[in-house]
Amino acid sequence: MSAPFVDKLEGLEDVHPADKWLRTDMLPHIWCPGCGLGIVLNAYIKAAEKAQIPREKRVVVSGIGCSGRAAGYLNQDSYHTTHGRSIAFATGIKIARPDLNVAVISGDGDLFAIGGNHFIHAARRNMDIKVICVNNFNYGMTGGQGGPTTPIGAKTTTTPYGGFEHPFNLPWLAATCGAVYVARWTTLDSRRLRDSIAEALTKKGFAFVEVISPCPIGFGRPNKIGSGLDEMKMYMDKWDLKPPNWITQEGSNPREADITLGKPIVVGKFVDIDKPTFLDLYWKILPHKEETPLNDVEKKQVAGAKA
Amino acid sequence: MVLEKALPEQTHARYWRKPLDIDSQKIPRGKVHIIDVRCKECGFCIEFCPKDVLEKSDKYNRKGYNVVRVVKGREDMCVACKHCEDICPEFALWIEEVKG
Repeated sequence: MSAPFVDKLEGLEDVHPADKWLRTDMLPHIWCPGCGLGIVLNAYIKAAEKAQIPREKRVVVSGIGCSGRAAGYLNQDSYHTTHGRSIAFATGIKIARPDLNVAVISGDGDLFAIGGNHFIHAARRNMDIKVICVNNFNYGMTGGQGGPTTPIGAKTTTTPYGGFEHPFNLPWLAATCGAVYVARWTTLDSRRLRDSIAEALTKKGFAFVEVISPCPIGFGRPNKIGSGLDEMKMYMDKWDLKPPNWITQEGSNPREADITLGKPIVVGKFVDIDKPTFLDLYWKILPHKEETPLNDVEKKQVAGAKA
Repeated sequence: MVLEKALPEQTHARYWRKPLDIDSQKIPRGKVHIIDVRCKECGFCIEFCPKDVLEKSDKYNRKGYNVVRVVKGREDMCVACKHCEDICPEFALWIEEVKG
């Protein structure tokens, strides 16, 4: 299979290093000034380059929301899927073509509100997909409503007196469901985010990276934080909805990583374990008939599972 | 550029003792490239540049944002840490490492 893309843009040497992975005719993108989604997309591109995944092996699946545009801006195989079903589509891609490196870039509302069940079951099965969740604490595209990650006390358009529901602790959720790699970073830790995504992409099994991202319109404005820049500065200093706490703990307990206003955000790598994936167990346990012709990829899978 | 020969302001070096390998260490240098049409004036690069190389200009792009520019006289200050390149959400600037 030959790749239909060019790896170097001819005659255009003086372009951004990420441009060969982007549909540059769609830029500048629609995301707000100060939004962190561009940083996550940039981190994914650089991470995939660092992990040395060729273009024909990369797939990005995204759901609905602002983050859903990420698939559209990438000049590679990408899917923009229905609301909450990005992991379901990714599971299908991985089972049909186990040689592909499937990543899901989506938001907290898409992955944990409507797509919550898909997430926990993909993590339970240990599907070999990589989930990058951009967490901005609200439903940004539909007008800043409160979601499953809105902290208690944070104002959104549907919680004007402050959020009164317990939010999800995403790393703990992923860890308890059986993810083999769990990490959390903010968009400010751009380099550690990139290295972490590269590690997740090369990891075998269900990898989950949560990225805390600024949302100046949906979250910053009602909480009087200010611009995206002020939200970024907040990660550097204190997370109490006032621009000037932030803490890095490698290998800390994800149970204690819940996000509460006034307390520092715990970032770092929480879980890094090895477990047989869904396809490993499938080829190992399921009796398959010898007369059924297997394709090359399946033969490799069988050999890998038996070894 | 060898540290000893560099201007004090260029190195920002405040050592409590002279490093042993000071003669063999070179400070990397970078050249900033900015794509004006993509900039959305979020200010991340300006705020988080450790060398304060970037600033907001009075020039507008076609979307009506004041695009970022390199501070006059600080063109050689960039040490090619590439934090601005990683942190730019708009893919609007990148750093070319200058050899030699």
